[in-house]
Amino acid sequence: MLSFFLRRLATFIPTFLGVTLVAFMFIRIIPGDPILLMAGERGMTDERYAELMARFGYDQPLLTQYFNYLTGIFRGDLGESFVTRKPVWDEFFTLFPATVELSLCAIFLAVIIGVPSGIAAAIHRGKFWDQALMSTALTGYSMPIFWWALLLIIFFSGILGWTPVSGRLSLMFYFENVTGFMLIDSLLSGQKGAFGSAVQHLILPTIVLATIPLAVIARQTRSAMLEVLGEDYIRTARAKGLSVFRVNGLHALRNAMIPVITVIGLSTGTLLGGAILTETIFSWPGIGKWMIESISRRDYTVIQGGLLLIATVVMLVNLVVDLLYGLINPKIRHHG
Amino acid sequence: MNTSLTDSAATDVQAPGRFREFWFYFSENRGAVVGMVITVLLILVALFADFIAPHSATEQYRDHFLQPPFWQEGGSTEFLLGTDAVGRDLLSRLIHGTRYSFMIGAMVVLVAASGGILLGLIAGFARGWVDTIIMRIMDVILAVPSLLLALVMVAILGPSLMNAMLAIAIVLQPHYVRLTRASVLAERTKDYVTSAKVAGAGPFRLMFVTVLPNCLAPIIVQAALSFSSAILDAAALGFLGMGAQPPTPEWGTMLSEAREFILRAWWVVTFPGLAILITVLAINLMGDGLRDALDPKLKRS
Repeated sequence: MLSFFLRRLATFIPTFLGVTLVAFMFIRIIPGDPILLMAGERGMTDERYAELMARFGYDQPLLTQYFNYLTGIFRGDLGESFVTRKPVWDEFFTLFPATVELSLCAIFLAVIIGVPSGIAAAIHRGKFWDQALMSTALTGYSMPIFWWALLLIIFFSGILGWTPVSGRLSLMFYFENVTGFMLIDSLLSGQKGAFGSAVQHLILPTIVLATIPLAVIARQTRSAMLEVLGEDYIRTARAKGLSVFRVNGLHALRNAMIPVITVIGLSTGTLLGGAILTETIFSWPGIGKWMIESISRRDYTVIQGGLLLIATVVMLVNLVVDLLYGLINPKIRHHG
Repeated sequence: MNTSLTDSAATDVQAPGRFREFWFYFSENRGAVVGMVITVLLILVALFADFIAPHSATEQYRDHFLQPPFWQEGGSTEFLLGTDAVGRDLLSRLIHGTRYSFMIGAMVVLVAASGGILLGLIAGFARGWVDTIIMRIMDVILAVPSLLLALVMVAILGPSLMNAMLAIAIVLQPHYVRLTRASVLAERTKDYVTSAKVAGAGPFRLMFVTVLPNCLAPIIVQAALSFSSAILDAAALGFLGMGAQPPTPEWGTMLSEAREFILRAWWVVTFPGLAILITVLAINLMGDGLRDALDPKLKRS
């Protein structure tokens, strides 16, 4: 088990360094001089230019620059935004809870619908329910979610008027950010209707962001379930006369869940990618929208820092999932 | 060509042709056949777009801004699916858009697959530090959410359809590298490779003539899957203003232009997205069938 842990960690570190290298190189391969870009159209004097070059360390050898960049990362220093002049690190962690809240709701929705659908499809293999569920899942998997979001807005916000079009909370409410999670903060504020408003704002973005992970989870659950249902120990359990519920629910599901958990974990990357589209459409103030805005206004330090932080989050989640997988799966636990 | 389509272990000399065997399994899957028929029809539409489209994709009819489809009040059969905000015929733009989507899919898959296969072969045959470096670079690419990485690359290169395709190809490439390397590792110790080596085959012959054809089944499946994700990603980039630029009739770009009219003119939003969904769904249906027919061991997540 320990060797498995160490081996997995040994692939994490070079990959992380690789990502820092990509982020470091990014600002140096963009066309144009970052200092001049920062100055904007006003331009600057030669002395000011040299001063800024020295301040950001651009006059030092590349290797020294990279070393400084790397030590900066561990001090939580990712530079400051060209536009807002605020530290990138602070901006990221102000906006991150909004994305986490949305992603957690989406993955929750994807699991509570996806896993039962996959099980139902596997049990009714080849019959109507299997075909209906799996066609729906493939449609979800093929969905351009930015279009899906627009359709939902047309229907639920435009025609029915049930849900708001954008944002996290109605403008009627204002309260302090305690946790950054609107669902919790609105409850803590004690204001009447605030929680309801937060939920209303969450519904459509959650559905949109959950669509693809839901389809993937349903498909994966079905195939994992089918594989397990064909195993000898399931036949034994049936032969012993155990109830259908006990066989499917207890024996099969538990073992089928191992690959499914991996898929759920690996959806983080997809979720954060999907969050870019979802947050842009619903004006959700998270890191996806922040990245898009930074890209369109060429705020290069933000793009650089955001890229690094988002990749690190994805890698950390994958690392945790892999280690959990090692803990759950006896094949790895005993032989790793 | 036929030899590349099925796993070598699956057939023996007496069996019917490999293509026939493949077709036997493929045609059992009704969804896959439907997907294939729709895909072929869409390819025909793309090829003959100039003859099929009733109007030009870019001509603006000044008297017909946001005209609804023909079955709705105010619509006419002159513009079957209505017109957009500057009076262009929606149906004609969709038909021309098919051409862009299939070109995007084909180009991206071609670039990603050829680069990925080459790197995978090198990694699998060379082993050692070459292997480690190639695979770590692929890990780095996979660590960043694909859409974000593509966006950042477009931010560096500048927004255009060409750069978007290049970015998507780079993002999709690691899957081919991993697949190829894994099959190379499984194949390279087999007897037929050893005998080719003993017979004096050079490294290039070993890579491309001896081993590669036996690794193709999973790669073909991956090609179908990445064809559809290339179309989706390119449309997403177009939607975000980072892909094809207006007035190109690319479906994602059309959607982004239509966004401000969502509550006034449902058709300018609905049809381009429906076109993306149908195309991607058809290709994915076909991909599922390919997977089942070519390699029952492969599971799609």
